[in-house]
Amino acid sequence: MGELKVHRVRFFDYMPTAIRAMAFNAHTERLALARMDGSVEIFNFTDHYFQEKVIPGKDSRSIESLCWVGGRLFSAGLNGEIAEYDLENLRPKYSLEAYGGPIWTVISNTQGTQLAIGCEDGTVKLFEVLEEHIQFERNLDRQKGKRNSPSDCSLTYRLLVDRGIGGSKSRETVVWSVAFLSDHTVVSGDSAGKVQVWDGHTGTLVKTHLVTKWDVFLPDLAFQFIAPTLHQQDKEWVRTRTFKNHTHDVRALAEIETAIVSGGMDTHLVVRPLLEKFDEKSHASGLRKIHFPHRNLVSCAKKAGLLLFQFPGQLELWRLGDSDGHGKPGDRLPLKWKPEKLLLLKRKGEDHICCSALSSCGGWLAYSTVSSVRIYRLQTDNNISITKVSKLPKVLRSAHQLCFSSDSSKMFAASSQSSVLVIALTQSESWSHSVTFPSPGSRQPIHLMTTSVDGKWLAAANSDCEIHVYNLQKLKLHCIVPVYGSCPSAMGIHPTTNNLTMVHADQQLFEYSIVEKQYTDWSRKLQKQGLHNVWLDRDTPVTHVTFNPKNPNQVVLHDMHMFCIIDQSLPLPDQKTQFYNQMTLRSLSEQERPSHLHAFKICKTFQDLLCVSLLDDQSLVVVERPLLAITSQLPAPVRQKKFAT
Amino acid sequence: MAALYEGFTLCGLVPTQNASDSAIQGIELDGDSDHALVTDSTRSVTLYKVSDQKPLGSWTVKQGQLLTCPAVCNFQTKEYVVVSDNKVIRVWKDEDFNLDRAFKATVSADVWRVHSAPGGEPVVLFQRGAVRLLDSLLSAPQQPIEDVLSEEEVIRWSTNIVAEKQHFVLFTTEQKGEHFLYVQRLNPNTLQKYRLEREDSRSAPLSFSASLRDKHINLLYLYPNGCVYQSVVAARGYVGPEGVQALPRSLRLRLPVGEGELGAASAVALDEAHVAVVGMPHPSARTGKDFLCIWNTNFQTLQAGKEMAGRIHGQVWCYLGKLFVPHGKALSVIPYECQKSSLASALGKLRHAGIAVSKSSVAVPSWNTLLHGNQPQGPAKIVATRKSKLSRKSQSVQALTVDQVLKLIKTGPVDEVQREVEALVSRGDAQDLQLSVGQLACHLVARSQAETTFYTPGALAQLVRTQCLCHSVCPDLLLLALEHKDYFLCQLCLQLFPDIPEVVTCACLKTFISVPDGDVEMVSLEPDSVSFMEGLVVAGARGGQQNGFSPPLFEEDSCDAHHQPKPTQHQDKKNPTLQLEACPVGLHKAVLLNEVLQTPYSDNLLLPHLKDLNTQQVILFLQYLQFVYLKYSQDVYTQTPGLRSPTVTQVIDWVCLLLDAHFTVLVMAPDAKGLLSNLNSFVKSQVKLFSELGKIEGSLQGLHKMKLSKDISQYSIEVIELF
Repeated sequence: MGELKVHRVRFFDYMPTAIRAMAFNAHTERLALARMDGSVEIFNFTDHYFQEKVIPGKDSRSIESLCWVGGRLFSAGLNGEIAEYDLENLRPKYSLEAYGGPIWTVISNTQGTQLAIGCEDGTVKLFEVLEEHIQFERNLDRQKGKRNSPSDCSLTYRLLVDRGIGGSKSRETVVWSVAFLSDHTVVSGDSAGKVQVWDGHTGTLVKTHLVTKWDVFLPDLAFQFIAPTLHQQDKEWVRTRTFKNHTHDVRALAEIETAIVSGGMDTHLVVRPLLEKFDEKSHASGLRKIHFPHRNLVSCAKKAGLLLFQFPGQLELWRLGDSDGHGKPGDRLPLKWKPEKLLLLKRKGEDHICCSALSSCGGWLAYSTVSSVRIYRLQTDNNISITKVSKLPKVLRSAHQLCFSSDSSKMFAASSQSSVLVIALTQSESWSHSVTFPSPGSRQPIHLMTTSVDGKWLAAANSDCEIHVYNLQKLKLHCIVPVYGSCPSAMGIHPTTNNLTMVHADQQLFEYSIVEKQYTDWSRKLQKQGLHNVWLDRDTPVTHVTFNPKNPNQVVLHDMHMFCIIDQSLPLPDQKTQFYNQMTLRSLSEQERPSHLHAFKICKTFQDLLCVSLLDDQSLVVVERPLLAITSQLPAPVRQKKFAT
Repeated sequence: MAALYEGFTLCGLVPTQNASDSAIQGIELDGDSDHALVTDSTRSVTLYKVSDQKPLGSWTVKQGQLLTCPAVCNFQTKEYVVVSDNKVIRVWKDEDFNLDRAFKATVSADVWRVHSAPGGEPVVLFQRGAVRLLDSLLSAPQQPIEDVLSEEEVIRWSTNIVAEKQHFVLFTTEQKGEHFLYVQRLNPNTLQKYRLEREDSRSAPLSFSASLRDKHINLLYLYPNGCVYQSVVAARGYVGPEGVQALPRSLRLRLPVGEGELGAASAVALDEAHVAVVGMPHPSARTGKDFLCIWNTNFQTLQAGKEMAGRIHGQVWCYLGKLFVPHGKALSVIPYECQKSSLASALGKLRHAGIAVSKSSVAVPSWNTLLHGNQPQGPAKIVATRKSKLSRKSQSVQALTVDQVLKLIKTGPVDEVQREVEALVSRGDAQDLQLSVGQLACHLVARSQAETTFYTPGALAQLVRTQCLCHSVCPDLLLLALEHKDYFLCQLCLQLFPDIPEVVTCACLKTFISVPDGDVEMVSLEPDSVSFMEGLVVAGARGGQQNGFSPPLFEEDSCDAHHQPKPTQHQDKKNPTLQLEACPVGLHKAVLLNEVLQTPYSDNLLLPHLKDLNTQQVILFLQYLQFVYLKYSQDVYTQTPGLRSPTVTQVIDWVCLLLDAHFTVLVMAPDAKGLLSNLNSFVKSQVKLFSELGKIEGSLQGLHKMKLSKDISQYSIEVIELF
C-alpha cells in the first residue's frame, strides 16, 4: 500500500477524573458511573460494555452515590442535593435540597417506592418516589457521628448494626462500609483493613478477614467482599479471592451477576469476570478495562491541519507542525516548524463542555454545554483572532453532538428528543435556523452525526441503535438504516460513493448505500464470510471512521490499540488467514507479497489512541495519550506499599 | 578485629619527685588534628606535631608557680587556656612566647579544670562544683562562685561533651566512699546528680571515660577488681526529678586481674564494642600489669595487647585513632584500628539461614573462660584465686550456690548433683548463667571422665539448653556424650553448638552411621526433628507428584520423559535395583544424621576426617543422602517452616564431599556401582536444569534489549509503511 507520513501527536493532555460511585441496574443491565467532576456515564453491559451516554459534569455538583429506581437514575452528593437525571436529554431533570448537609449515600427499597439518604448530620431521610418527582417523607432517628454508608434492606435494622459494631471497634478504627444481609448477617469493612462478619441477632463477631494492612474502603486491591454473598455455605464466610486491578485506591465497586466491576482514583473502569461463572473461555470471560471514553474528544480540520481538543473546562486549538523531508519507513523526519497552540478557550458558566466541533476549513468552532451553544469565527492565517457569533437562533439551546458540513455553510446540532437542528450561515458571520428534523421514532439522544462531502446527506445515530439518514437538499428524512442490535460506535459517509460505513460496539462492520437504500455488495460479502475472530475479539470499540479521498477503496478506522486501513479492493481474510500480517508481509519479497495481502491492514505501532484521521494532504494524524502519562499525573495513593515494610 | 600498630615516642618524660605521680597532667587536642597539647605536671605546656614527633611550641610559667590544670585549646578563638596556682587563668596565643606576658585573670575560687571541645565554648569547672563559661567568667573574674558540692565531697574526674548544640559537663565526686556523677547541662543550666552503684569491694573507680553515642552519654568506668561497667545517661530532652538518682549500670567486661587488684589502670571506650585498657596484666603473660590491651566487650575477647615498658600511671588518652600512653620515661603514641568483628565469620560455613535468625541470641563463647576456666588442673593458684574472686564478686546469693554446687560436683552422688544443677540453672538469671554454666559443665564432664559410673545426662542436657554453652567452652562434652551413647545429648549439642570442630562432627557421623538401628530406635530424640523425618518418609508413600515432574533419577535420555508424570510403580519396575520408598536407615538414625548434615563446617577441614569412614559406612550414608535428595525432588514436599531440616544444598554438598573423600574406593567397590550411576544421573539432571536456566536467561536478556524504547517526544512526524 505504501508509505504514510504520520503526525504523532502526544500533546493532548487528556486527563480523566477519578471514579467516585457506581450503581448497576440488573434489570436493564446498565451501569451508571459517577466521576469526581460530577459527570455520569451509562454503560450498556449487554452491548459489550459500550459507553452509551455521558451526562456532562458541573462545577458545583459532586456525586457521592448513585441509585437506580427502575429505569430512573438518582444521585446524591456533598452539595446536599438529590438529583434525578433525564436520560433522554442527558441532563439533571431536577434536584432537591435534602437539608441535612452533605449526603453520603442514597439507596432505594426493592419495591422502588422509597429512597433513603444518609446525611452528614447523621440523619437518614426517606423520600417517596412519585411518578415525576420525589417527595420528602420522614426523618429517621439521628445517629451520632457521620454515616459513611447505610446498608440496604430495612432501615430499622441498621441502628442495631451500628450499635453492635460500635461497642467493639477500637478507638482508632473507622468503619467505612457496612452491608446488611437478609439473614441478619452484618458485614463491615474498617480502616484497620479488616472485613468482619457479624451475627446481627446477637451482635457477635463471626469471622474476621484481614484483607489488607490498609483501609478497606480504599485498598489497593479490590477485595471481593461483596461477592461472598454468593458463596455462603453453611453460614460460613469464605474469603474467595483477592484482585488487584488498580494502581490506586478503589472508590467504587459493583457486583453484577458474572463479574466484579471496580473503579477508583486511577480513573479506569475494570470489569473482572468471576471465572467460575463461565464454563469456557469466551469473549465475556476476559478482564476488561475501559480507559478512554467511547466518543471523540478530538476534532480535526482536514484542510487546515488543525486539531481541536475538548476538555471538560476548555478547548485547545493546535496547528500541526510540518516537515518537508522525506525518509525511509521508521524514520523520524526533521521538523520545518513545530506544532503550535493557537488558542485556549475556556468555557463560560458552571456546566462542562459536552461536545465540540471544528469546521474542516478551520474557520468555525462550536461547542455546547447543557445550557448553551456557542459558535466562534476563527482566523488562523496570520493573526489569530476569535470572534464569538453573537446572535444565534433561539432554538439552539444545547446539543449532544455538533457537526459542520464539509463546506462550512451549515452546522448540525443534535438536540433534545433525538431531533437534529440545521443552522445555516446566511450572510457573512450570521447563523440562522433553517430546519429541524424531528426523530421519527426513538427519543434517545443522538451520539453520532456525520455528513457527506457533497453536502447532500446527513446521518445521525442514537443510543437506540437507530441510524437516520436525512436528505439535506430536500430537507427531509431519507431513510432509516436497518436497525442492528448493537449500538453504532463510529460511522462515516464515503466522499465519492456516498456509502455509509458503520462500526458497532460488537465490532461488526457494515456498509450501506444511501442512494440505493441497501447494504453494499462488499458489506454483504463481509457479513457472509464473517469477520475474522481476531477482529471480533478486540475489546475497545472503533471510535472514528474516515476515508482516503485519493483512494476510494480505503477506509480508515481506529480503536484504542490500533488503526486499520481497510482496502475494499483486496480479498477479505478468512478465519485461517493470519490477521495481523504486516510483519509477515514485510519479510516477504515484492513478488510474494500480493498473494498474502488481505483487506485489513492493521498498524499497532501507535497505542492508546484518541484519534486517527487522514488529512487532505494524505498524511495521517495520530493522537496518542499514553496511559503511563495519565498514571503519572494521578495523585499518589493514600498509602503505598513500600518494599520490606 | 582490632589491632594495635607499632607506636612511637612523642616525647621523653622527666620523672617526678614522687615516683607514683605521672609526669603528665593532660593531653588535649589543638584545632589541628595532628597537634597535641601536652601539659606536664609542673610548669610547662608543649605543643607537638604528632606525626613528626616534633615540638612546635613550649610555654612555661615562672619558677614557684604551678600549673594546676591541663592546658586546653579554645577552638573558637584558637587561644590556649591554662590555670596556674588554682586561681589564675592564663590565655595566650600561638605567637606569644612568654606565658607571663600573656593575659591572666585571677578568679575568686579554686578551679578544678578548664574544658574545651570543638563546637563549644570552654567551660571552667570549680573545685566546689560550680561551672562557668570561660568568656563570662573572664568578663567578671571576681564574681562570686557558689558551692555546689557538700563539705567533704571532692571531684575525682571531669569531662565535657558537646552534643548537637547541647553542652554537658560531667564530673564524678567522692564522698565518704560513695561516688556520684554530676551531669551539668549548659544553656539552659540544669544539674543532675546520680549515685553510682557501690562495688562490693567498696573500692573507688579507677578511671572514667565518657562518650556520646546515639544521643546518649555512655559512661564507662573501671574498678580495681577488673569490672568494666557502663552506664547510659540520656543526652537530650529528659531532665529527671530533683535529687539524687541511682545510676543503673551494666557489666560490660570482667578483666582478668591476675594476682591482687589493679592499681593504676585506666579504660577508655574506642567504639561501641571496643575498650582500650592500660595497666592490666595480659592473660597469657603471667606477670606484670603493664600492658595496653584492646578488648571486645561484645565477645569478651582480647583483641590486641602490647607491653608498655616502665611504670604505667593509669593514664590513657584516645584521640583520632591514636592512643597516648605515658609509661616509664616516655609518652608513646600508638595507632589502633577497630573493625566490626563477627564470630560467625570465623566459624566456617554459616548455619541454615532460618535457624541462624531465630537463634541469633546464641551465646558466644567467652574466650576469657576458655582461656582460664576450663582447665581444672591448670596453673592452680592463679585460676583458683581468680575463680574464687569471680564467684565472690558475683555477690548474689546464687553466686555462693554456684560455688557450693561446684564443690558438690567434685564429690557428691549422681542424683544430688543432678538435682542441684537443675535447680541452679532453672533459677539463675542470664548474666550469671553465662559465667557459671561453662564451669558447671566442665566440672561435670571432668568428673564423668574421671569416674566411669558418674554420668548426669539430664543436668548436661539442661546446661546445653541454656544456650550459654558452646563446644569451645567444654570440648569434652560432646565426646563424652558419644562415649555414653547419649544420643539425645548429642543431638542437642549438634543443634545448639555453633562451633563444633569438623573432627568431632566426623566422629559423631561415624558413630551414628555404624550404630545398630535397634539401639537408636529406643532413644527419645527431639520430637520436632523426628516428626520431620516421619513426614519425609511418609511423603513418598502418598505417591503425590508435582504436575509435570518426573524424578531426575528415572529420566530417560529423551526429553519428553520430563513432561509425563509416570506412576511410581512403573518407575520401580524400570529400576528394580533401587528401593525408592524405603529409607536405608532407621528413623532415629536418620534424625541423627540430619543433625550432622546441618552442622556448620569448612570443606577443607572436613575432608581429611571423612576419609576415616570405611566403605560400608560411606555407601550407607550415600544411600541415605540419595534417599533424602530424591524425596526432596520427587515430592512436592512442603517443608513445615518451623521444623529444622537439612536443605537440598546441604545434602548435595555432603554428597560431593563424600565422593571427593572416597572416590577411588567407591569406583572399585562393586556394591557402589548402582549408587554411583544414580548419582551420575542426578548430576546430569542438574546440569540439564542449569543449561535450561541459562537458555532462559539468554532469551530474557534478549527481551530486555528489545524493550529499549525510543524516547518519544510530544510531537514527531514519522514515516511508516503499510503493506
